[in-house]
Amino acid sequence: MAALGQVIRSEWTKIRSVRSTVWTLGIAAVLTIALGMLICFLASNDFHSMPARQRLSFDATNISFSGMGLGQLAMIVFGVLVVSNEYSTGMIRASLAAVPQRGTFLFCKVLVATALVFAVGLATSFVAFFAGQAMLGDLRAHLGDPGVLRAVFGGGLYMTLIALFSMAVAVMLRSPMLSLGILMPFFFLISNILGNVSATRKVGRYLPDQAGSKIMQVVAPANSDVPYGPWGGLGIMIAWTVVALIGGYVLLRRRDA
Amino acid sequence: MIEAVGLTKRYGAKTAVYNLSFQVRPGTVTGFLGPNGSGKSTTMRMILGLDAPTSGHATIAGRPYRRLPNAPRQVGALLDAKAVHGGRSARQHLLSLAQLSGIPAGRVDEVLKVVGLQDVAGRRSQGFSLGMGQRLGIAAALLGDPQVLLFDEPVNGLDPEGILWVRNLMKQLASEGRTVFVSSHLMSEMALTAEHLIVIGRGQLLANMSVKDFISANSADFARVRTPDSAPEQREKLTAALGEAGGQITPEPDGALRVTGLPLPRISDLAHAAEVRLWELSPHQASLEEAYMRMTQGAVDYRSTADARAGLQETPAGYAPQGPGPQGFPGGPGYPAGQPGMPGQVPAGMPGPGHPNPYAQAPGAVPGPGQPPPGPAQGHPYGAPASYAAPHPYGQQPAAPMPPAAPFAPPAAPADQPTPHHEEAR
Repeated sequence: MAALGQVIRSEWTKIRSVRSTVWTLGIAAVLTIALGMLICFLASNDFHSMPARQRLSFDATNISFSGMGLGQLAMIVFGVLVVSNEYSTGMIRASLAAVPQRGTFLFCKVLVATALVFAVGLATSFVAFFAGQAMLGDLRAHLGDPGVLRAVFGGGLYMTLIALFSMAVAVMLRSPMLSLGILMPFFFLISNILGNVSATRKVGRYLPDQAGSKIMQVVAPANSDVPYGPWGGLGIMIAWTVVALIGGYVLLRRRDA
Repeated sequence: MIEAVGLTKRYGAKTAVYNLSFQVRPGTVTGFLGPNGSGKSTTMRMILGLDAPTSGHATIAGRPYRRLPNAPRQVGALLDAKAVHGGRSARQHLLSLAQLSGIPAGRVDEVLKVVGLQDVAGRRSQGFSLGMGQRLGIAAALLGDPQVLLFDEPVNGLDPEGILWVRNLMKQLASEGRTVFVSSHLMSEMALTAEHLIVIGRGQLLANMSVKDFISANSADFARVRTPDSAPEQREKLTAALGEAGGQITPEPDGALRVTGLPLPRISDLAHAAEVRLWELSPHQASLEEAYMRMTQGAVDYRSTADARAGLQETPAGYAPQGPGPQGFPGGPGYPAGQPGMPGQVPAGMPGPGHPNPYAQAPGAVPGPGQPPPGPAQGHPYGAPASYAAPHPYGQQPAAPMPPAAPFAPPAAPADQPTPHHEEAR
């Protein structure tokens, strides 16, 4: 019986010994922070020319997370690569021969990667918040304001869940190309389109990223009729992730390596 | 000890491994031979619990791999030399595997030294040659100092020095009392490395015996007999006399006769009795490679058509008129199993298509003695009839032409088949 500690240590060695880890997580952090700062800067300049209605629903916290739409793509790449590297190199056979308990193997792999992503995501979220607020000048929100701490902490959770969801999808699909080919356009395009076309908006808001990103909002957008709150939205995203993980686990157990 | 019992693996309609049963004992190197795609790797994956067999089971030390306590310390395997993340250094790769199995990190540097990679241990493995990759894979298999070792094609891509090293390593591991199971598609390599052979073809067991037995069973001895070139009538006389005595005679391109089924002194006595002078009477042994190719080729014939077998087992026409075909299938001993390119039936230069099958002459059509010597098969590496050397690795060639006399010959086969190779050789 492979002990959990052994497998976790091994997964940590694996994750820190490839360059893609640093690259993908670094790009995710830099993109999220830099783009958030840029948009905050532009928003603070435009604020006085905005219509009053828009000024009322101005969400200083959420706007500092504007970079996350792009940053999450790098998180997706990280999540996919962590898992599919095993398959594309064939290392999975050596790993599963060493840890015949496939559930243990999957749990430890996902745990290590998730812990790392959570640390990076949380740091990114806080840095993006403070840097963004610095750009906003007197429009800034404070961490002590109601809902703000939850939103900033939620930003880290959101990034973690996106990566975790990607890992689960990669466990099911195994191929990095296939996984990225589905996840990238889905989160970058399809989800946005579904969420912005009125006919599909009601469906679109139950997609993992749309529901989950609710956690980063402090001020609800004008005439929003979303039937769940910030934690409800995060719950929907967690549900998606759990289902994907269960699917991945079942397939990993049943499939030939 | 590795044991497979009725191991079967199907992928949809395709059967990769069928009803495979064997044991791999400790203390010897056991070679696992078969052509590419014969199911060797699938079998190894099933032994390691990576692929689930469709039926049957494989055990190591009496237990299925997945239920072995601390499996990586008991079993080491090299499945694929390229199964390494190219961005990871050799040391990190081994370290992650060692940690996975709870093996101390110090062992990593030990095995790196064993395989000779200590100088490149910190380099990213994507720059490794195939040979270095094999060494890294072997290092991974040795990590847990296991009693049971599986190596899938460990010498692929290695230079001669590396091959020698692997060969000695396998033997050394076996001499330490370990179970060593090595797959290869190279008979020549296994003949030098292994003491015991398990041969499969198309996923089925063809042979399970010691190398010594394999050689004596499959590469039957033959004698080369040469009569004076100046007297062809002596040659015919000897051919008739030897044939009557029960030998099988195949003429060789240079005019010599290849005789099986008779010991050398008996050939000499017969020649003496027939008053034939001999220029040469020498013992020979067909190569192991030849026996292996014939055996695995047979495995495929077994799957394609029955006619191919009938053709293969045909007694060499014209020279051994008495008795049935000498051949058991598959891998039966005796070597003139349907000496295919029999002379005479195919006049030289005859165009190919639509030609009657030269392998499967109806007995009535057997030409009498006095056939012109054949021309084919010159320069064959093993001195075998050309059809053995046919570039069809899976032996479609003998399966192609149908004997006209065979009542169960499927239609449409003969007409558009290409001519067998020995004709092209002319």
